[in-house]
Amino acid sequence: MKNEQLLDMYRQMVKIRYFEEKIVEDYAKALVPGLAHLYIGQEAVAVGVCSALEPSDYITSTHRGHGHCIAKGGELDKMMAELFGRKTGYCKGKGGSMHIAELDLGILGANGVVGGGVPIAVGAALSAQMRKSGQVAVAFLGDGASNQGSFHEALNMASTWKLPVVFVCENNLYGISVCQKVHQNITDISVRATGYNIPGLTVEGNDILAVYHAAAEAIARARNGEGPTLLECKTYRWRGHHEGDPNQGCTYREREEIEQWKEKCPLKNLEQKMLKQGVKEADIEAIQEEIQQAVLDAVEFAINSPFPEIEEAQEDIYAS
Amino acid sequence: MPDVAEKMVNQDAEEMVTMTYVEAITDAIRVEMQRDESVFVMGEDVGVYGGIFGATRGLYAEFGAERVRDTAISEAIIAGAATGAAVTGLRPVAEIMFIDFTTIAMDQIVNQAAKMRYMFGGKAMVPMVIRTPTGTGRGAAAQHSQSLEAWHCHVPGLKVVMPSTPYDAKGLLISAIRDNNPVIFIEHKILYATKGEVPRGEYTIPLSQAEVKREGNDVSIIATSLMVQRSLAAAELLEKEGISAGVVDPRTLYPLDKETLLRSVQKTNRAIVVHEACKTGGFGGEVATLIMEEAFDYLDAPVMRCAGLDVPIPFSPPLEKAVIPDENQIVSVVKSLF
Ligand SMILES: Cc1ncc(C[n+]2csc(CCOP(=O)(O)OP(=O)(O)O)c2C)c(N)n1
Ligand SMILES: [Mg+2]
Repeated sequence: MKNEQLLDMYRQMVKIRYFEEKIVEDYAKALVPGLAHLYIGQEAVAVGVCSALEPSDYITSTHRGHGHCIAKGGELDKMMAELFGRKTGYCKGKGGSMHIAELDLGILGANGVVGGGVPIAVGAALSAQMRKSGQVAVAFLGDGASNQGSFHEALNMASTWKLPVVFVCENNLYGISVCQKVHQNITDISVRATGYNIPGLTVEGNDILAVYHAAAEAIARARNGEGPTLLECKTYRWRGHHEGDPNQGCTYREREEIEQWKEKCPLKNLEQKMLKQGVKEADIEAIQEEIQQAVLDAVEFAINSPFPEIEEAQEDIYAS
Repeated sequence: MPDVAEKMVNQDAEEMVTMTYVEAITDAIRVEMQRDESVFVMGEDVGVYGGIFGATRGLYAEFGAERVRDTAISEAIIAGAATGAAVTGLRPVAEIMFIDFTTIAMDQIVNQAAKMRYMFGGKAMVPMVIRTPTGTGRGAAAQHSQSLEAWHCHVPGLKVVMPSTPYDAKGLLISAIRDNNPVIFIEHKILYATKGEVPRGEYTIPLSQAEVKREGNDVSIIATSLMVQRSLAAAELLEKEGISAGVVDPRTLYPLDKETLLRSVQKTNRAIVVHEACKTGGFGGEVATLIMEEAFDYLDAPVMRCAGLDVPIPFSPPLEKAVIPDENQIVSVVKSLF
């Protein structure tokens, strides 16, 4: 892959990382109300997959959705403003962290309901197929979500109708406090593809190139009318389930486990690859500085934005 | 004040201790698990983690993984497995993490658990509890903040309980666990941290028994869950303006203790109903109609509702706050009756 392409992917990953790190601070300062489920540690999945998508393609996301939205083109200031509950946010402050959506970018919503987005991606894929639009839909979901009926029903319909959808399961080993061993009797979630007669594969989710190549192939299959794929990406969340989860979740997991996964940092992984390929360190640093500033600007934008007017609570319920 | 029947049940209870609402809930489960081997807990993160609101904290350590079961994130099977376990002799206390997600379990709750006994000609018994948190107040937005009690009240065969104090939470939950029917036990997220006096050990509060939380002469405020606390605060404000407001908490919404509600209205000749849920299709419409049907001659003013706006719950804190009733709104609806 060309240096510029790698740097583009790196920029997206840094955006997610710095955005989320800022939320850590701002959540602690009570600037971000409600729940914030951070994506730190999983950046390679969102960016690897979305880099293989066209702008007109669709994604459905999850409660841990900031990374997916940024990777699909979400702007930091509108995201930040939404998380701050401001009128200038992507959803006018009505949705918050768990409901960021931008239809023009193909983002059919983060989702507060575990497994809630998966059928919607199938519906978008059905629509693309019926409209012959050539679009593809990606459903992001967690290991926990792979136990919901909605996931299984979605795979069945997508397989039966050969829909252009890719199910991207981010196996970060936990659903809140419940580790995978306790919530399902399998290790590789990709085996669940077998029951629906679709391809299932597992990749190292912290290696962005592995994710990108696997996703690109699955997306190409989908676009060619060959039907859905289940792509499992093994990864790990560094923070607690959400900000405020005591001790970064060390009531149910070992600190060493977190440290081991930090060794496998997806950003470091790509940095090393780029350096080996001859990308200049200065180019990497320039991106870091650029994004640092962009995140500060986003906070500035959010803080200076008004809250919605009370009357707005009663708007947007029905289309006219 | 607890009535006479309740005091008799209480006489075995030891001294009072101060507890939060959530501790009272844990305590009720613990008491029942110690007393009855057939009681067990299941749900998402109820084990080591102790439930995301802490309602099962300590139970895993005390009773082990066999009786305190972490499930997958699969609400349909949680409710369905509870139904199957209940009809075959156990007493599951299942947790659905937010009432919003009972929607995923609705077939098992509504079509299966609620109707099994009836459909089977009275042969089956389904002694299960589904505990589930409700309400706004935590900036959790439209899919984690709803008040869906009225949905469950529309299903004969279910019982629907909604405690407003730690004392009630414990006594009602013990009764719910002992009850031989499916009970939806709805806990308010904002009430979890509230404190109150609770008897140590066993005691029960009968289901389908309302309580007058405050006596009044001029108006009856019939309120549920968090709105009981807000109505009590509103009653204080009204007192200063010379209006004596009583507050009645149905505690069990379905089947409803009509007599206590009607008795209060017959005394005060005016009534409003207060709940957090959207006004349209809410529990308030049911209570208002009941009063109209059975106590019309006693009324000096129409029965009014003070309820949540008919909107999904918005995320932004100023909006979230504005869409559900507060003390001042309750006061102004009461004043409109005079
Ligand atoms: C239907 C439903 N049940 C429960 C929850 C509460 N909840 C939010 S996130 C979560 C864990 C999800 O685990 P996973 O799918 O692995 O995603 P991760 O958090 O690891 O990214 C749970 C149980 C929910 N939001 N929706
Ligand atoms: Mg997970």
